Amino acid sequence: MAAAGLTRATSAARPLMRLVTMSGVPVLQQLHLEERLLRTTGDNWCIINDGTAPPTIVMGVSGRVSELVEIQPVLRDQVPIVRRFSGGGTVIVDQGTVFVTFICNKAAVTGLQPFPRDIMTWSGQLYGKVFDGFGEFHLRENGRLKQHHVSTLSISIFKYLWFMSTSIMLTAMYYSARKHTDFLCRMKEYMPSRSFFTDGVIAALGEQFSVEPTDIETVLSDDDDDEFVPSTKMLSEQDLEGIASSKESLIRV
Amino acid sequence: MAMAASSRLFWASRAAAYLRISTFPRAFSTVLKDLKYADTHEWVKVEGDSATVGITDHAQDHLGDVVFVELPEVGSSVSQGNNFGAVESVKATSDVNSPVSGEVVEVNEKLSEEPGLVNASPYDKGWIIKVKLSDSGELNSLMDDEKYSKFCEEEDKH
Repeated sequence: MAAAGLTRATSAARPLMRLVTMSGVPVLQQLHLEERLLRTTGDNWCIINDGTAPPTIVMGVSGRVSELVEIQPVLRDQVPIVRRFSGGGTVIVDQGTVFVTFICNKAAVTGLQPFPRDIMTWSGQLYGKVFDGFGEFHLRENGRLKQHHVSTLSISIFKYLWFMSTSIMLTAMYYSARKHTDFLCRMKEYMPSRSFFTDGVIAALGEQFSVEPTDIETVLSDDDDDEFVPSTKMLSEQDLEGIASSKESLIRV
Repeated sequence: MAMAASSRLFWASRAAAYLRISTFPRAFSTVLKDLKYADTHEWVKVEGDSATVGITDHAQDHLGDVVFVELPEVGSSVSQGNNFGAVESVKATSDVNSPVSGEVVEVNEKLSEEPGLVNASPYDKGWIIKVKLSDSGELNSLMDDEKYSKFCEEEDKH
């Protein structure tokens, strides 16, 4: 299967990519926005959220809480857990995380089939341009990079649209029993600034798309779909206590 | 060598015809005759007013190892072209869209414990839902095996 290349398109041929940039927006609000844009528009979107608060654990759609999270410390420290509408792994995100999400229709990238391999190849090429000259960073499956693990990845396919969200950890923590310190690194040790990274993503996009910055308030006010209910949700304390007290690890909340 | 190769091809095509599968030169995905296909890579097998739905070999191959299948409730309605569930692989999550409209009468509960059936047997043991059809006329808008094979070829060409 030939992968679609990240080639420079002529300005006349570039599809439109609407860009929303935010900073410090709570991840639940960010995910609700992304889900709404995905489900109610057919446009191409790039959503960048530079840092988020409060620190939150984000799980994929099918993750089992009891297997992926230590519930007692979460309850004790009152760390919010969000189950997002898309797949992928589990991560804790905070002010040190930069989110980059792409929502693309089938026509956005010529020749790109809405399947993981093509999407990964395309995004790998895009991030390759961003990281060029800053060390051995290459996006690989599940966000693992050669030698350094700085991101997590979520890819979802919705009929003719595909969705890819990458959370880049400038400083990283993992709220689980697994130890990741052996291969985690801090992105800030490699890049001069966070804006250098986000500006790099926007510049790389501009080679392929006609990037149109869009204000988040405009996006929300344009939305006439009051019937849309996002499936992304925050797990309640009752949900977590139920999981903690239950011996059934199959319970999925 | 050439004669052996052509002989193998001859017997391969005879076997394919017997098994009612189509083969096409470059791809490795299987397409079954007697099924109908959606351009979002779901298949449907119709028997009277009952239909069985799953994802195609092309789809499972591109998605990777399936680790979770989100199933609808029995009794819920599905409509042509709209999603009714999801398949999550190690690489991605993908909506599954119904090629037909109707009522869900059965779901493949085995997929909860063995989601890999979607990979191993996409047209048989990996079926996802059974539907009581509400409009058999919708089948006319779906692709037959030949059209779907060509559709996949075109997609894979790029």
